[in-house]
Amino acid sequence: MIREQFRILSREINGRPLVYFDNAATTQKPDVVINAISEYYQDYNANIHRGIHTLAEKATEAYEGTRRKVKEYINASSSDEVIFTYGTTDGINLAANSLGRATLNKGDEVLISAMEHHSNIVPWQMICEERGAILRVAPINDAGELIYEEYLKLLSEKVKIVSIVHVSNSLGTINPVKKIIADAHAVGAYVLIDGAQAAAHLGVDVQDLDCDLYAFSSHKMFGPTGVGVLYGKRAVLDLMPPYRGGGEMIKEVTFEKTTYNDLPFKFEAGTPNIADVIGFSSAIDYINALDKNSVQEYEKKLLEYGVSKLAEIDGLKFIGTAKDKISVISFIIEDVHPFDIGMMLDAGGVAVRTGHHCTQPLMDYYNIEGTVRASLSIYNTEAEIDILAEKLKAIVKIKRK
Amino acid sequence: MSDQSINEIQDEIIDEFAILGDDKESTVFYIMELGSNLEPLEDRYRIDSNLIKGCQSKVWLEAELEDDRLVLKADSNTDITKGLISLLIRVLSGQSLDNVINADLYFIEKIGMHNVIGSQRSNGLASMIKQIRLYAIAYKTKLQSQS
Ligand SMILES: Cc1ncc(COP(=O)(O)O)c(C=O)c1O
Repeated sequence: MIREQFRILSREINGRPLVYFDNAATTQKPDVVINAISEYYQDYNANIHRGIHTLAEKATEAYEGTRRKVKEYINASSSDEVIFTYGTTDGINLAANSLGRATLNKGDEVLISAMEHHSNIVPWQMICEERGAILRVAPINDAGELIYEEYLKLLSEKVKIVSIVHVSNSLGTINPVKKIIADAHAVGAYVLIDGAQAAAHLGVDVQDLDCDLYAFSSHKMFGPTGVGVLYGKRAVLDLMPPYRGGGEMIKEVTFEKTTYNDLPFKFEAGTPNIADVIGFSSAIDYINALDKNSVQEYEKKLLEYGVSKLAEIDGLKFIGTAKDKISVISFIIEDVHPFDIGMMLDAGGVAVRTGHHCTQPLMDYYNIEGTVRASLSIYNTEAEIDILAEKLKAIVKIKRK
Repeated sequence: MSDQSINEIQDEIIDEFAILGDDKESTVFYIMELGSNLEPLEDRYRIDSNLIKGCQSKVWLEAELEDDRLVLKADSNTDITKGLISLLIRVLSGQSLDNVINADLYFIEKIGMHNVIGSQRSNGLASMIKQIRLYAIAYKTKLQSQS
C-alpha cells in the first residue's frame, strides 16, 4: 500500500529491484507531493504576497497554508513563529548569524555536542570567530550517547547558545533534548535544536520541548528539497536582527533608512521557493494521514530486525548503539572499506551511504574514516533487509576466502 | 617481464569481462576480487610522494625502471580501486617506456568501465593512467640525458 504511493520504489537498478536505504540523506516523495508541485506550476503559478490578481491570491493562500500546517505539525503557538528557509543548514546559518550577533561577545561560549552534523558546527565556528566567542563540545560515550554529566559541567553562565542535534544522522541516537533545553535555560542560554532527522521520525512539539529555535528540512520528511523551517519563539525572533536584506522583508525603504517587516517576513527576503513550500504542505498531509504510533512501531521493528540480521555478519561492528535511537544502522566491517561495500551494494541495486556523513569530528572520535549507513523508512521491508544481509555476506566471503 | 604486447593483454581482459556479460554486480565483484588478490605494497612505498591526487580513495603508485622497462607497483585503501590498478599493472607493467607512453588503452571503454565504476572513479582511473605515463616520460628523459 505505502510503496505504491512512491513510484520510484518500483524501479530497477542494474536489473535488480531498487532497495532504498538512504533515507537519512533524503526520503523519496509520494505522488501527492509531486502532483502538488506540478499543479501549482500548471494552474496557479504566481509570485506571492503583494499581488492582487487571482493567481497571486491563490498562490499566497497555498504558501501561507503551509505555514499554518507546519505550525500545527510542530505545535508552535503562532504561524508567525514559522520561518521558511531553504533547509536545516540555511536555518542554522540564519540563527548563528542573527542570534549569534545579538548575543555573543568576546569570551562568551556556544555549546554543541560531539555528534553534530557539519551544518551545526561550521556556522557556529564562523560566528564565534567573528565575535571572539568560544565553541565548546560536549563529549559522547562509545555507544554514541551524550555524556550528560559532562554536558552539565560545560554549562556555565558564559554559555549563551546551546545548539544540539535532536537525532544524530550518523548514529541514530535520540538525544534527551527536553532535559538538555531545561538545563541550558537554567544558565540563561538560548537553545537551538537541529531537528533534521527528528522531524520525520518523532513527533515534534516545540512548546513541550520549550526550545528557542528548531530547524528542519522538508526533503527528509517526504517533501521536496529546497525548503526548510526555522521555528523560533516570538520573543527570541523579535530580538534577532534580520539576516538577509531585500524584498519581502521590509516595511518601508528610503535610501536613508529601512524599517523591517513583521514576523515571519522579516527573515524571508526575496521570492521564496513557492512551489516546494506548497509541495511540503502535501508531505505534511501525507505524514499526518499515517498513524504515528504504528509508524514508530514499524520502524522500531525494522531496526530490531536489521540489527539482528546484520549482527550475523562476520567482522561487522555497529557504530551507534544508543539505547534510544531511530532506524539508522551505521556499521563497519573489518578489513573491508566502506566505499567497497557501498559500490558493491549499489551494483546490486541497494542504495546506502558510505563515508563520514558530514560528521567528521564524530568519525574522528571513533577513529574511523567512515561507516556504511542504512537508514530505514516507512516503505522499507524486512525482505529488503534480507537482501542487504545476503549481499553483505557475499562481499565478506570474497575477503575472507 | 611481460612477453605479451599491451594489446594482446588488453584483448585478453576484454574476453574475461565478456564472460561476465552485462551484469554490473558480477563485474564489480570480479574487480573487487582482483583487488583483494593484488599483492600489498610494502610500507616503504606507501608514502605521500607516491600518492595520486584526484582519486577519491587513496592510491599509491611506485614506478621503477628495470632493463629499460617500466615496472609498476601500486596499492589502495579500497579493493575496488585496487582491482582497477591491478588491470593497469597487468597491461602496462613490464612494457617498454615507448610502448607505455604511446599505449592506446581501449580496453577500458570496451569493458564499459565508465558505467561500472561511475564518473568519479573514472576520473581517478584517468589520473592513474596519466601518472603512469608521466613516470614513463620522466624515465625516458633521464635515459636520453644520460646517453
Ligand atoms: C542532523 C542533520 N543536520 C543537518 C542536516 C543538513 O540538512 P540540509 O542538508 O537539508 O540543510 C542534516 C542532513 O543531512 C542532518 O542529518
